[in-house]
Amino acid sequence: MKTFNYKIKEEVGIHARPAGLLTREAKACGAKVTISCNGKSADATKLMAVMSLGVKCFDEVTVTVEGENEEEAVTQMEKFFQKNL
Amino acid sequence: METYNGKSIFQGIAIGKILFYEKHQTEVKRYKVDDKEAEIKRFENAKEVAIAQLRKLYEKACKEVGEVNAAVFDVHAMMLEDGDYNDSIRNMIEQQEVNAEYAVAVTGDNFSNMFAEMEDEYFSARAADIKDISDRVVSVLCGGNGRVNDLEEPVILVADDLAPSETVQMDKEKLLAFVTEQGSTNSHTAILARTMNIPALIGVSIQKEWNGKMAVVDGFTGTMYIEPTPAVLDEMTEKQKKLLEERELLQELKGKEDITKDGRKIKLYANIGNVSDVAGVLKNDAAGIGLFRSEFLYLEKDHFPTEEEQFFAYKTVAERMAGKKVIIRTLDIGADKQVDYFNLDKEENPAMGYRAIRICLTQTDIFKTQLRALFRAAKYGNISIMYPMIISVSEVRRIKEIVAEVKEELTKAEIPFGEVEQGIMIETPAAAVMSDELAKEVDFFSIGTNDLTQYTLAIDRQNAKLDDFYDSHHPAILRLIQTVIDNGHANNCWVGICGELGADTTLTETFLKMGIDELSVSPGFVLPIRKIIRQTDSTN
Repeated sequence: MKTFNYKIKEEVGIHARPAGLLTREAKACGAKVTISCNGKSADATKLMAVMSLGVKCFDEVTVTVEGENEEEAVTQMEKFFQKNL
Repeated sequence: METYNGKSIFQGIAIGKILFYEKHQTEVKRYKVDDKEAEIKRFENAKEVAIAQLRKLYEKACKEVGEVNAAVFDVHAMMLEDGDYNDSIRNMIEQQEVNAEYAVAVTGDNFSNMFAEMEDEYFSARAADIKDISDRVVSVLCGGNGRVNDLEEPVILVADDLAPSETVQMDKEKLLAFVTEQGSTNSHTAILARTMNIPALIGVSIQKEWNGKMAVVDGFTGTMYIEPTPAVLDEMTEKQKKLLEERELLQELKGKEDITKDGRKIKLYANIGNVSDVAGVLKNDAAGIGLFRSEFLYLEKDHFPTEEEQFFAYKTVAERMAGKKVIIRTLDIGADKQVDYFNLDKEENPAMGYRAIRICLTQTDIFKTQLRALFRAAKYGNISIMYPMIISVSEVRRIKEIVAEVKEELTKAEIPFGEVEQGIMIETPAAAVMSDELAKEVDFFSIGTNDLTQYTLAIDRQNAKLDDFYDSHHPAILRLIQTVIDNGHANNCWVGICGELGADTTLTETFLKMGIDELSVSPGFVLPIRKIIRQTDSTN
C-alpha cells in the first residue's frame, strides 16, 4: 500500500470535470485508488462518490494506492494531481 | 398542398421538415413490472441511447465552443456510467419491482439531493447535472424525441407559443423558421427570430398532424405551404437563392469601417442573448456587443445562477470578443420574462410591475452576485455594465452605492477585478425626460426603443390586437430620442440605440442626422446598417 497527501490548488476543488478526469485516470492505472478527505473516503473510480466528497480548494486529500503495480500507479496518480488539481 | 397565412415577423425563406413542438410532460408514473430482467434491459438500452446523444453533443460542442466548455457533456456521459448510480437503479427495479422510469427518476432525485445539500455552491450546482442526466434517460424511456437540443436535421419549428425559457435551450443551428399560433410582432420569439436571422410567422392556425411533413415558410408574404407542389417548391427555392445572393453581396462590407460620408465614426454593435450568439457577432463583423441580455443565465436554469456560472459566461464572451466592447445588461426578469424560482407574484400589469432594476434594488443579494461576476469578468476583456428600467437619478445613485460595496468586498477578499464603463437603458419616458440629469451620473445611454415605445404610446407589446395601433415611427418617440441625444452630448455621455428601431433601415439616416453615436442591432442587421452608414452624409 502506498499513500501520499496532496493539497488541492484547483480554484473550484474536485468538481465535475476534474472528478471525471480523475476517475478515468484511476481506472487506467490498474490499482485500487482511494481518496480520503475530511473524514470521508471514496473509491476513485466512482465519479459520484468522488464528487460527493466535496473537496474544495486548499483541502488536503490522502490518496491510497493498493495493487501489484502500486509503485508505478502511485507515481502516475501523484503526477496527475500535480498537473490537474 | 395546403396553404396557411399568418403575420410575418421576420423575412426570409425556409424549406424543410416540420417539428411540432409540444411542451413535454415530465410526470413519471410508478407501476409494478413482472419481468424485472426485461425492465433492467430497458433501462440499459435507454442509458446507451442517452450516452450516445451526449457523445454527439460533446463532439458538436467541441467544434463550436472548444473542448473545455464541451467537457460538461463528457462528464454527463461518465455520470450515467457511474457504478453507484447504476446499482441504485438496478436494485430498485429488482427489489421493488418498479418500472425503469420511476427507478431512474427516484435515483436521480436521491443523488441530486445529496449534492444540493452541500454547502459549496460549486458542488451544490452538480445537483442540476444529475437531474439533467436522469431526465434525459427518462425522456428516452418515454419515447419522447421532443428535445430540440438533439435534433438530427434542421426543422421548421411549429408551436402554439414559445416561452423565452424554451427557445433559449434550443439548438439554434437546427432551426430554419418559427411558426406559432400565439405571440405578437414584438414578443421575445420575434426578437429571437431577428437575432437568428430566420423567418418567423405568428397567428397561423397550427395542426399537430403537420409533424414530420415537408413545408415552405415565406416570411415575405406570411405564407406557409404544407407539402408544397413541385412548382411552388421550385419558385421558393429560386426566391431563397436570390435572397442568399443579396446577403452575399453585403459580405463585401466586412472589414470596412462604420464611418459616414462626412467622416463621423459610428459604433455599430450587435445584440446577443447567449454566449453562443458571439459566433454570429463575429461572423457579421460587428465592432462590439451593444446589448448582452444576461437573462438567459436566469431563464435556462431552475435555480439562481451562481456567481461562478455567471462569471464563466461573462468571461467567455469578453475573451471571445478579444478587447472589443461588450455591454452587459443586468438582469431584466419580470414582465414577459418569468422564471419560476424567483417566485414573483402574478401581476395585473407586469410590464409596469416588479421587474428588472426594481428586483435588483429590492433583492440586493441577487444583484450583488451578478455585479461581482461582472466586475471579476471585466479583468478578461472590455466589459461595460448597463442597468435597465431606470426612472430616476436616485436609482442610479443607489446602484453606485451597491457597486462601491461590491468593489470593496472584492478588494478585501483580494479577488481581482477590472474597471468598467457604466450606463443605463433609456426605456421609460421618465428617463428620457430626465436624461439631462441622468447623463451627469453615467458614461453612456442606450435607448431601448421597444419598451420606450410601449410606455410612451401606452400600448402593450404582448397584445397582438394592438399591433395596428403600434406606430414605431411615432413622432413622440423620435422627439424623445432627440432629447436624449442632445442631453447626453451636453454632458459628455455617448448615446446609442439598442432596441429594434436601431435595426430599422428606414430610420438609420434619420438617427445619424440626429447625432446618434452607437447602433446596436441583431447580428444579421450589422452589414445592411453598415451599408447605409457608409452612404449617409449626416450633416445635411
